[in-house]
Parts: sequence; C-alpha cells; structure tokens
Amino acid sequence: MMKGPKKWRLFALMTALLVFLSGCGREEISTLMPAGKVAQDQFNLLILSSIVMLFVIVVVTIIYVLAIVKFRRSKVGEDMIPEQVEGSARLEFIWTAIPIVLLLILAVPTVYSTFDLADVTAMDAQDEEGAAENLTVNVTGKLYWWEFEYPEQEIRTAQELVVPTGERVYFNLIAADVKHSFWIPSVGGKLDVNPENVNTFYLEFDKESSELEEGVYFGKCAELCGPSHALMDFKVKTLNREDFDTWVAAMQEEQEAPTEALAQEGEELFGPDGLSCIQCHAVNSAGAATGVGPNLTTFGDRTTIAGFMEHDEETLKNWIADPQQYKPGNLMPEAASLNDGEELSDQELNALAAYLMSLKVEE
Amino acid sequence: MSSNSQKKGFGATIWDYMTTVDHKKIAILYLISGGFFFLVGGVEAMMIRIQLMKAGNDFLSAGTYNEVLTMHGTTMIFLAAMPILLAFMNAVSPLQIGARDVAFPFLNSLGFWLFFFGGIFLNLSWFLGGAPDAGWTNYASLALASEGHGIDFYSLGLTISGFGTLIAGINFLVTIINMRAPGMTYMRMPLFTWTTFVASALILLAFPPLTVGIFFMVFDRLFGANFFDVTMGGNTIIWEHFFWIFGHPEVYILILPAFGIFSEIFAIFSRKRLFGYTALVFATILIGFYGFMVWAHHMFTVGLGPTANAVFALATMIIAVPTGIKIFNWLLTIWGGSISFTVPMIYAVAFIPSFVAGGVTGVMQAIAPLDYQLHDSYFIVAHFHYVIVGGVVLAILAGTHLYWPKMFGTMLSEKLGKWTFWFFFTGFHLTFFIQHFLGLMGMPRRVYTFGADQGWDLFNAISSAGALLMAIGVIIMLVNVVMTVAKNERVGNDPWGDGRTLEWAIPSPPPFYNFAQTPLVRGLDPYWIEKMEGNEEGMVYAEPLGDIHMPNGSFIPFVISLGMFIAAFGAMYHMDGHAWALPVLIGGLAITFGSMLVRSLKDDLGFHVTKEELIADNERIKKEARALEGGKKGGLK
Repeated sequence: MMKGPKKWRLFALMTALLVFLSGCGREEISTLMPAGKVAQDQFNLLILSSIVMLFVIVVVTIIYVLAIVKFRRSKVGEDMIPEQVEGSARLEFIWTAIPIVLLLILAVPTVYSTFDLADVTAMDAQDEEGAAENLTVNVTGKLYWWEFEYPEQEIRTAQELVVPTGERVYFNLIAADVKHSFWIPSVGGKLDVNPENVNTFYLEFDKESSELEEGVYFGKCAELCGPSHALMDFKVKTLNREDFDTWVAAMQEEQEAPTEALAQEGEELFGPDGLSCIQCHAVNSAGAATGVGPNLTTFGDRTTIAGFMEHDEETLKNWIADPQQYKPGNLMPEAASLNDGEELSDQELNALAAYLMSLKVEE
Repeated sequence: MSSNSQKKGFGATIWDYMTTVDHKKIAILYLISGGFFFLVGGVEAMMIRIQLMKAGNDFLSAGTYNEVLTMHGTTMIFLAAMPILLAFMNAVSPLQIGARDVAFPFLNSLGFWLFFFGGIFLNLSWFLGGAPDAGWTNYASLALASEGHGIDFYSLGLTISGFGTLIAGINFLVTIINMRAPGMTYMRMPLFTWTTFVASALILLAFPPLTVGIFFMVFDRLFGANFFDVTMGGNTIIWEHFFWIFGHPEVYILILPAFGIFSEIFAIFSRKRLFGYTALVFATILIGFYGFMVWAHHMFTVGLGPTANAVFALATMIIAVPTGIKIFNWLLTIWGGSISFTVPMIYAVAFIPSFVAGGVTGVMQAIAPLDYQLHDSYFIVAHFHYVIVGGVVLAILAGTHLYWPKMFGTMLSEKLGKWTFWFFFTGFHLTFFIQHFLGLMGMPRRVYTFGADQGWDLFNAISSAGALLMAIGVIIMLVNVVMTVAKNERVGNDPWGDGRTLEWAIPSPPPFYNFAQTPLVRGLDPYWIEKMEGNEEGMVYAEPLGDIHMPNGSFIPFVISLGMFIAAFGAMYHMDGHAWALPVLIGGLAITFGSMLVRSLKDDLGFHVTKEELIADNERIKKEARALEGGKKGGLK
C-alpha cells in the first residue's frame, strides 16, 4: 500500500538513482537487486564466487604481465637461447593445492544452498484444522502464457501471479505442451517446467510490488519454446498478507456483470451467442477449470496485454483483431475466423475492449 | 612419382582432391570447407546481433530468428570449429610423430566426405522449407512439435557428419598408437599430438550417445516412434541426458586441440621447452576423463533433485584444477623465455586472459544454486563464447597463421594478421563481456526481441557494435589469405625459425610421402635437439633410404558419402507420402553399400615410391631450397 504520494515519490527517485549509479538493470527484473530470500542467497553466492575468482584473475594477471614485459625478445636479445627448464614439482604442487582450497571454500555453501533451496518438506504441512499452512501455487506453462492455480483457495488466474509478501510460497510447475522454464529474476533462480513431471520449489517475496516503478516484478520463460518464446512474459504482483487475503476473497466471489451498455454488448459478443471467446477464456476465477486460453477474470487489473504489450484499449483491439501479428505461433484464432470470416467492426472491437477492461477484482 | 611439382589443370586438381587419401590434402579440404562454414555461421551471428541491436527490432521474424540461432550454433560447433581443428590434426599430427600418413588413409577421406555431405545437407534446409529451429541442443519436446522438415535436416545431417567425425577420431587413435617413429615414446609426443589423441578418445566415447539420441529423434519424427513423446509414455529428459553426455565432452573435443595448438605456440615463440610437460599431459588426460562426469551441470534447473545437483556441482568444480595447472604451466613456459610477438604468439598471449575469464565464470556456474539464476540467461551466452571464441576460435586463427606455411608453403602477412587480431580481439571482448551483465540483469538467451522497458537497450547496442568489429577482423583475414595465395612467396622448412618438432624439419609443404627416411627421435622436441647439436639435416634417420609403400587415391569415399546424402532425402520425404521417396532412400543406400562392396572385393595394394625416385625428388627439393636461399639473399640487398 502506498504511504502517501510524497514518500513514494522519494522512494522511486532513490531507486532510480540507485539503478543509475550501479548499472544493475531494473529493479523489476535484475538478479543484482534481489527482492527475496532465494535471490538474496544466490546473490550472496555470486558475490562470494566473484571475490574468489577475482583473486585468481589477479594472480594470473600479475604473472602474465610480468612475463610478457620482462621476456620480450627485443629485451633479452635476438640470439639468446633460454634455459630449457623441464618443470618444478614444487610449483606444480602449489598450483594444484591452492585451487583445491579455493574450491573447498566455494563447495561448502554450494552444497548447503543446493539442499536448502530444494527443501520443500514444509509444503504439505497442515495446521490442526487440516488447512494448509503455506500457500501453494500450481503453475502451468502453455504456449506463450502462464496459468496460476491456487488449489487451496480454489481460484485460478493467468499471466499475473499474485502472491503475499514475507512468507514462503511453494510452486508446482508443469508444462501443458513443450518445455518452458519459470523465472522471476529479482526473486529467485529459475526452475524448468517439464511436460512429464511436476517440479517443486519455493520463493519468498520481500517487498510489495506497488513500490516498484512498474508496480510488478517481471517474470520470464527461460527455455526456448517456439517463435514467441521471447514474449512469454508474466508479471508478479506482491501484496502484504492482508491485501492478499482481500484479493483472494474477491477472486472467490461470483464476478458482477458489467453495468455500462458498451461493456454489456461486449459481454454478449464474448459469450456463446457471439464469438464464443468464452469457450477458451473463463471470466470467473472460483472453481474454473484449466483453460485453453488464459483466464480473464482479472483482465482489467493487469498491467499488460498478452504479457508484454501496453495495457490500453487500442492495443487490446489490435491484439484481438490479429493476435498472430503480435505473438507469432500463439494458439488464439483470428477474430475474423470466429465471425464467419468477416473482420470485426470498430463497434464490436470497442465493445469487446470495454467489456474486457471492465473485468476487475481489485478496487 | 614426383609429379606434385608439375602444374595441373583446374579440373585435374579438383579430381585430385576428390580422390585424395593424402592426410595433407584432406587437411586442406577440411580447412576450406570448415572455413566456409565458419563464414556462414559468422553471417548468422551478425544477423542475430543486428536483430538485437535495439529493442523491438524487426530485422528478423520470430520464427526466422530461431532458425538463425539454431543454425549459428550447430554450424559453428559441428561444421566450423571441429572440421578446422580436424584440418590441423590432419596436417600436423602425422608429421609430428614422424609418420607417412594416418593409419587408414581411405577412412580419412571417407570421414571428410561424410562430414562434408552432412554439412551440405543440413544447410540445404534453408532452401528446402526452413532450417531447424529448436536450438543446437534440439530439446525433444520442442523438436517434436516443430513443423516442417527443419529438425529432420538437423538429425539426418548430423547423423551423416557424425559418422565422419567418429571415423576421424578412430583413425587418429590408431595412428598415434601405432605409427609413431622409433624413439617417439608417449612422453616425447608433442602436446598437440597428445591433445589430438585425447580428443580422439573423447570423440570415440562421446559421439555414440549423440548418435543414439539422434536415431531416437529420427525414429520419433519419421517413423512414429514415441521415445520422447510424453503423451505416449515417452520422456524428453532422456534426450537432454543423451545430448549432454555427448555435449559436454564435445566442448573438450574442441578445447583440447586448441590447448595443443597454444602449447606448441608458447614453446616455439618463447624458444623454450614446455614447462611441466608431464603435468600438461596428465592435465589433458584428466580433463578428458572428468569431461564425462559433469554433463548434468547443463541440467541443474531440470529438477534432478539436490543430491544430483550437488554431486555434479562438485565434480564440475574439480575440472578447474587441471585447467588451472595448464594455465600456470603456460605462464611458466614463457617466463624466462625469449618471446617473439608473431601473430600466432599474439593470439596465444591474448588467449590466456580471455580463457581465464571464461574459466572462472564456468566455476561460478558450477555453483548449482547460483546457476539457477545464470542458466539460460545471457550470462551463459557470455561464458561459452568466452571459452569457445576466446579459446577455440583464437586457437583456430592462431593455428591458421602458424601452420599455413606448413600446409601451403607460403606465409600469411604478419601485418594484416595483426590488424585482424586487434579488430577481432577488441570486438570479441566488446561483444561478450557486456553480455555477462545482460544475463545478470535478467535477459534470457534465445530471445528474438526484447522490450524497451527491460533496461537492456544500451548493453545490447554495445554488444552488436563489438560484433561488427569481429566481422571486420574476419574480412581482413580473408583479404590476407587471398593476397598470400596470389603472391605465392615460397618458404623453407622452418619459416618461424624456432620450430621444435618434426614437422618443421621437412619442406613446406612436405612431399607426399612426408619423410623419405623415417626419423629417429631422441627426445622431446626432436628438431630442436638436432638444431642445438648443429645437425644441418634436422633429423637423424632410423632406416636407410628404401622403397616406400603408399596408398592409391580413391573416388569411393566420395561415392559412399554421396549415397548417404541421397538416402537422407528419401528418408525425410518418405513421411510426406511422396511415391518417389522410398526408391530414393533405397537407391541412396544401394549406392553406399554397393561402393562398400566394390571397395571390399577390389584389391587395391597401393604403389611403391622407389629409392631412385626418392633420390631424384630429394635433389629437386634441395635445389628448390637453394633457390629460395639465393632469392632471399638477393631480396635482402
């Protein structure tokens, strides 16, 4: 939650300054500005290994520079025949032993952290009433979009993951088609989304995303999955626990029908008597089954269209008219093919856009 | 038989190369075709960098970009780097051990033509409906979903060229084990021969897993098998294992000969024997051995579990030890030497910091939990280009300059060579250093575009600018080659003046029988030993002058490979239901097996170079050498 616009602005300014000074990329997506325990652990390993490696580089550089400066032929003389040294057992021992010590320094935290980050034993823990103690999200990677199911809460959304801050969130990952990889760089390393097995891990989110310039963290698909692999983005909204509970409650309710006339016309078009968009896109979250296309319950709350484009009506209309132009290889049919081969009229597109933008659960 | 000094017509030269079994000519074939594919892969790299030079660029479409990135990787690894290294192995290893040819000259030719036809087949995909688009790693779920024939071109093309590489590997193993000159014990073998030997062993052990994996892929796609089809109970992770059990040793197949070339260069241009030769040899063997124990570090994020990840993380770290041993021994080789900064030496000197940078990021990625962040980001792109360009490509450029006189009898221009170096080296670091940070800033690899809101614009623009410098470097190199060929200024046995091993004791290029008399090796760096003892001949001989038995050339390897090339088209189009496909498949295989049968039934006993011919040829060589000497003196005035 914003604590007054002034403070927020100051914070944004400081963040911008920080980004500018460090050249670390954007806070929404950079691994160099960790925003959670997992990313922090990994960042610490990065720093530790960088220091060790810097030491190696310095040692090599010193010997190297001395050697190529001291022993140039122009310096030692054209006819000099150097002594044909065979080697030195002592030196061989030294440059075998020291690297082994350096590697041991790295090995200990490596092994510890490998097991620590894979520890999902608490995932199924239940309190006395049999309710799950921890939040679990089932993630399904589909051709160029992401579905997020909250099994305990019995709600489902897509493209924008909403999670509470300050606690461990567990993830089950599976692919519906080809292999993907689930990556939120500023929150933690990636885990592959395989078609044949569920992969499980956890992440922790420290900071509310409303403090970020873009208001969300950026998530990525990190495994080549086809033409639009580069566009298979998702966003992560982190809320404090209270706001998260409010959001869940709103999601669990039956969504209200639109009141505006244009949006009502859009709903008609969206439904079974219109273009039947609803066959693939659910617009209610509670109890919805896995979709052929993304669940649109929160469409109006999102920050992007199709995961990567500006969130405005103009973009939305262009997208509906010709999805292939923007995200090649995606499975959404052209609007015309649902409309007996005729392009949608401006009026129809306006109606659809108004309807979709009216789908909101947040205030 | 001393006909190689006579001028031949163009057609006769082509025919000569198509039928040759001479390792030196096969080396030239490998160098030319590998060089050609290097340029093709380079153009693809430039297309990638043009597309990524700014946010939201539309130079390439999404699908085309995936084809370009796939073909860039596949071409550079399989069709450029490996063949060019095989060119040097062919050109130099037999000479270094005092052999007259490789153990199986016919197979050597067959290996080349299989590689060549496989490479052509793969690249024809551009003109026949689209190139493969699932990355050079060709992960199974995406590969099976890929439409068109791109993936079939990949799997069939690599099957054919893979046979060729396997044959080459076996050939070098047998050659080095069996054909060393008297006195050339294992521990007197030059480092380049050692690395050839170990890399060949890796080829022998690593290519079969790839072949098996690709066979599964071919059967899945062409004949409806379900090895990788998850919906039918298949498993795609198996492909990843197959691929990386091959793929990791493959990197060492590339880097070990590169190490070998640099080892030769450090010794030659420091006028000093390799420091810690024994340690270097054992480090080579250890790297080759560990190379098979670490493949799963490419799969840390697959979800193999913490135990597997921890074990493979530690195993991977261990490789840093023998690699470090090598770096320090090279440093101590130039320490106390007399360094001459020729073009090969400049590359070797530049290789050390570049490769160390690539090596340390390798150790960082061995830290499994950290790799969860680095994997499949631009960090890994930076890392493997640092080891492959900073290691292998620098070695290829260095080796081209170093061995050009031995292969062609002329010297590449040192001046242009230095221009190439500075452009290429600066461009290389500009392109790839910054990519480490792109990765850390969250940029995944293999993305055809990126948004302006991700904060990656500037670094991508810098990276693309660097690529342009590299391209300029390569173009200057081409100019250098053309000018050198046009000038055709002949050089003597030891054009660098400080040669240490046997190849520098014989003419450049050597006569087709290499050594009129087999040399006797009296220690490490035999030519250096003889030079230091004032032996004008440069060699002592292990046998009196006598008749030499040589193999005949043969057109059959070309035909065998052509048959496989034809059969591959039949296999591929068979699944589309074309009526002509099956006859083409059978016909192609008939050509292959028919020519094998001819080879088996026809006696080909080779021919003898008589003692008289050798004496006459020797006179000719001496005369040419004197003329060269005279010309040089004349030129100096």
